[in-house]
Amino acid sequence: MSRIMDGLLYSESHEWVKVDGDTATIGITDFAQKSMGNIVYVDMPEEDDEVSQNEEFGALESVKAASDLYAPVSGTVTETNSELDDEPGLLNSDPYSNWIIKVRMSDPAETEALMDAAAYEAFLAAQA
Amino acid sequence: MRYYDKLIFELSKPGRQGWSLPENRWKESTDDLPDGLKRTTPPLLPQVSEPDVVRHYVNLSDMNFGVDTGFYPLGSCTMKYNPKIGEETASHPGFASLHPLQPAETVQGAMEVHAELSRCLCSLTGMSAFTLNPFAGAHGELTGLMIMRQYHISKGDMKRTRIIVPDSAHGTNPASAAVCGLQVVEVKSTPEGLIDINDLKPLLDDSVAGIMMTNPNTLGLFETEIKEIASSVHAAGGLLYYDGANMNALLGKVRPGDMGFDIMHLNLHKTFSTPHGGGGPGAGPVGVAPHLAGLLPSPAVRKIKNAQGEDIYEMVENPDGPGRISGFAGNFGVLMKAYAYILSLGRENVKKVGPYSVLAANYVKESLKDRYRLPVDSLCKHEFVFDGLIRGNAGTDSEVTTLDVAKRLLDCGFHAPTIYFPLLFHQSIMIEPTETESKETLDAFIQAMRTIADEAVSRPELLKSAPHNTPVRRPDETLAATRPVLRYRAD
Amino acid sequence: MGFAYFPHTDEDIREMLGRIGSASLDDLYSDVPEDVIYKGDFDIPNAMSEMEIRRKFADMAGKNVRLKIFAGGGAYDHYSPAAIQSVISRSEFLTSYTPYQAEVSQGTLRYIFEFQSMMAGLTGMDCANASMYDGPTSAAEAAMMSTACTKKKKRVLLSGTLLPQVLDVVRTYARFHGIEVMTVPGLDGVSDMAAMEKELQSGDVAGVMVPGINRFGIIENFEGLSDAVHSAKALLIIYSDPSSLAVIKTPGEWGADIVCGEAQTLGIPLSFGGPYLGFLCCRKEFVRKMPGRIAGETTDADGKRCYVLTLQAREQHIRREKATSNICSNQSLMALYAAVYLSLMGPSGLKRVNDLSYGGAHYLHSELLKTGLFSDAFPGRKFLKEFAVVPAIPVKELQDRLVRNGYFGALSCGDGIVTFCVTEKRTKEEIDGLISVIRRK
Repeated sequence: MSRIMDGLLYSESHEWVKVDGDTATIGITDFAQKSMGNIVYVDMPEEDDEVSQNEEFGALESVKAASDLYAPVSGTVTETNSELDDEPGLLNSDPYSNWIIKVRMSDPAETEALMDAAAYEAFLAAQA
Repeated sequence: MRYYDKLIFELSKPGRQGWSLPENRWKESTDDLPDGLKRTTPPLLPQVSEPDVVRHYVNLSDMNFGVDTGFYPLGSCTMKYNPKIGEETASHPGFASLHPLQPAETVQGAMEVHAELSRCLCSLTGMSAFTLNPFAGAHGELTGLMIMRQYHISKGDMKRTRIIVPDSAHGTNPASAAVCGLQVVEVKSTPEGLIDINDLKPLLDDSVAGIMMTNPNTLGLFETEIKEIASSVHAAGGLLYYDGANMNALLGKVRPGDMGFDIMHLNLHKTFSTPHGGGGPGAGPVGVAPHLAGLLPSPAVRKIKNAQGEDIYEMVENPDGPGRISGFAGNFGVLMKAYAYILSLGRENVKKVGPYSVLAANYVKESLKDRYRLPVDSLCKHEFVFDGLIRGNAGTDSEVTTLDVAKRLLDCGFHAPTIYFPLLFHQSIMIEPTETESKETLDAFIQAMRTIADEAVSRPELLKSAPHNTPVRRPDETLAATRPVLRYRAD
Repeated sequence: MGFAYFPHTDEDIREMLGRIGSASLDDLYSDVPEDVIYKGDFDIPNAMSEMEIRRKFADMAGKNVRLKIFAGGGAYDHYSPAAIQSVISRSEFLTSYTPYQAEVSQGTLRYIFEFQSMMAGLTGMDCANASMYDGPTSAAEAAMMSTACTKKKKRVLLSGTLLPQVLDVVRTYARFHGIEVMTVPGLDGVSDMAAMEKELQSGDVAGVMVPGINRFGIIENFEGLSDAVHSAKALLIIYSDPSSLAVIKTPGEWGADIVCGEAQTLGIPLSFGGPYLGFLCCRKEFVRKMPGRIAGETTDADGKRCYVLTLQAREQHIRREKATSNICSNQSLMALYAAVYLSLMGPSGLKRVNDLSYGGAHYLHSELLKTGLFSDAFPGRKFLKEFAVVPAIPVKELQDRLVRNGYFGALSCGDGIVTFCVTEKRTKEEIDGLISVIRRK
């Protein structure tokens, strides 16, 4: 059973978003880290890069798999989590307290397309 | 096999040398170069004596498994015996000392090897012309797709930029397509692992350059609807590409050209018995049907008549082809070995290669299918795929995976089969025995696989912790990929 | 009649067919439509015995002419120590597959790791891959890699002083892959830095590729180039001869980001053009965009040091159409060749190889000029083992005269320029012989 956190928004590609004003903090869900297995590398954009909703902004790599990361919202990257450069496994040990990027949203209304915790739980159940 | 821990750098001691070269009696040396063009510190290379070097590498070889060591049932890799006459011919000084840019009149024998090997490959595949320049299977795929695009472009048809690839295909097919600038469209497989014609037909429009297929496919099954697939793709203006990865099943029996394929590559290191060399060098010649014969890459060997009316060979550029895809004309040493293999087989024995490989595969399959799950129970060609152990017969084997079976086989003196490919099943075990293995060897392998199936019930922990008799055991791949150490450092 | 590579007796075949439940070998193809079964005879020779095959190849070898090699042009006649052949003939190396099963492939993995270490050391770069097909294809991969490392940029500048086959192969790959390449013609025999710096100003350049030693044999000087390239957020790619890097300034010292090239110069026979040994090195920040196999160090379940193929998430069997390249092999055995060669040579042997080549080449160069029949193509330029001159006699006539007398030299570079090459294998007697052939009217 995968953990889901209340108070976050979720995408169908298993990213979570924490909204604080016009800043979105983005990470991957417990379900995503479990299906990847041991994460060995996180390919992240650079600060000031533009990301667009539902488009690729980076990738996760495990030993035997690679999975693209999709931006749940559009905007400008303001910060990347450099701790993941040395310790990509942090995403396995605690995916919700270890974020990947922070984005200054260009269109906060885009978050309406995302799921809340209950909807994401139902989405996962339907996938199983 | 014995574990040996040294790196060559760790045998190094300043002042030692493994070389024997004349004194420099010339007036000049590289010391005369201006400082601005000179290296400032000597390169980190080992300083070792010749006996130390030889012993080091012989010790390394003792940690390796090869076809000459034992049975290598690696699915889709065709690990057959590599005849030794090939090694002898390839190192013949009359060929090994030839510079690739020597004038044509001084390399007639080498070009004869090119021309004769091409002619044999044409006859064996039903193609009309071959280029021997591609260095490997993947390189052949890329070259073949370039020819496909060049064909459409030469007809002024610029919009054919999509290529159809089965979902069961090896990852190299879509990767080659992407390097060639083609967009990949996947076609689904039926539950039997064959191409789903109903899924294929709607994909065929005027943006499709062609389709890439193997036949037999990745599951070792013959695509029985191949003629209909060919006529549908051709009717839509596309071309058929044959990935020769599985050609060994058909050698001497079925020709890709007769199935309707327009372009194909062969892996000489699989079907034509040249050694794999730990990952190369191989060779991936590309054959084409008559309407594409003018579109091969440069350079190409051509046979012409000289003033006396004798056959001679020349090396020519082909302005209509995709261009140059290799520095010179292919891995010539590998081509020599493949030609020697064809000469030793001859026109009679070549007809038995496919049938004997199919015989071996079906024999092993039938001998194990009561213990390993066979998703598609039918006649296979040169290889077949199990989906792990048959589960639940004793209730305790459920946690034993394909990886455990593969690792345990290493303890039994066999190489592991290909595992977790194809992706159609979760526990794939892909077995290809080849025609050069005796019944006794196959029986010993079958016995080992059956014993492992027993152990999965009686002693699962033995499998989970396998291998036990190899120089190293289950390397930590996560550590290797998280903190990459990719070179030796002196400290 | 039996056959040496088929072990089956008639009885074996009967027993095997019996277990399968098939009546005959033909029955094994009952799933194949009748009309695609080939029933004709193949147009290939009848089976030959081993003695006949030996004779056949000896006959064909007799139609070749062995010449004293005074030419380079991307393939070099260097000496190959005897110990190499002995090591690479080991069946355990020769007949093994790609080292996916690390437990039974530590031999292959370890020499690949050693090869990577040696190439990184020679080039002055952080890391190397397990090798590429040949020099020109390594250049094509390097060009594609530069676009992958510089997101969205799709233009690569090539110096016109790169070998013609390198330019051709990069252009072929680029045309199909969708990269724009621009060849900047050389100036006075070397890369035109000013013209390249001007092109960089457009801001859309992903990579700039220049040769460490160029098609005329000239050692190029890249003072200031890496700053110009990097300030345009592009990558510097240097196409190199690794043998020369024992003595000349390394790509790492010039500030290169990617290094590619042909390692046939590390003792690999000419063999009519292959198999050779491409290589690729880079700075560590780009390693996850590097194509090809890479071996890495780790530990096993018992804590023993061991080696595996690593960073595989870059590769085609995982990334499919998003892979960094379609390459899924290397020239592994040739990498072993180079590793054994470099182990035997060490820094001092490789320097001796370069000194002997340098000394011989400069002797031939001055002797050619003394004949009065040649002038320097690019006076004052520094060269190592290959150099460019302009003959006063027609190029074809010169080449023919050399071949008739057993020499291969005077490779044509166009514009009336020819190159000669001298390696450590050429003796003074051979060079004097070549000169006397040229002097003879």
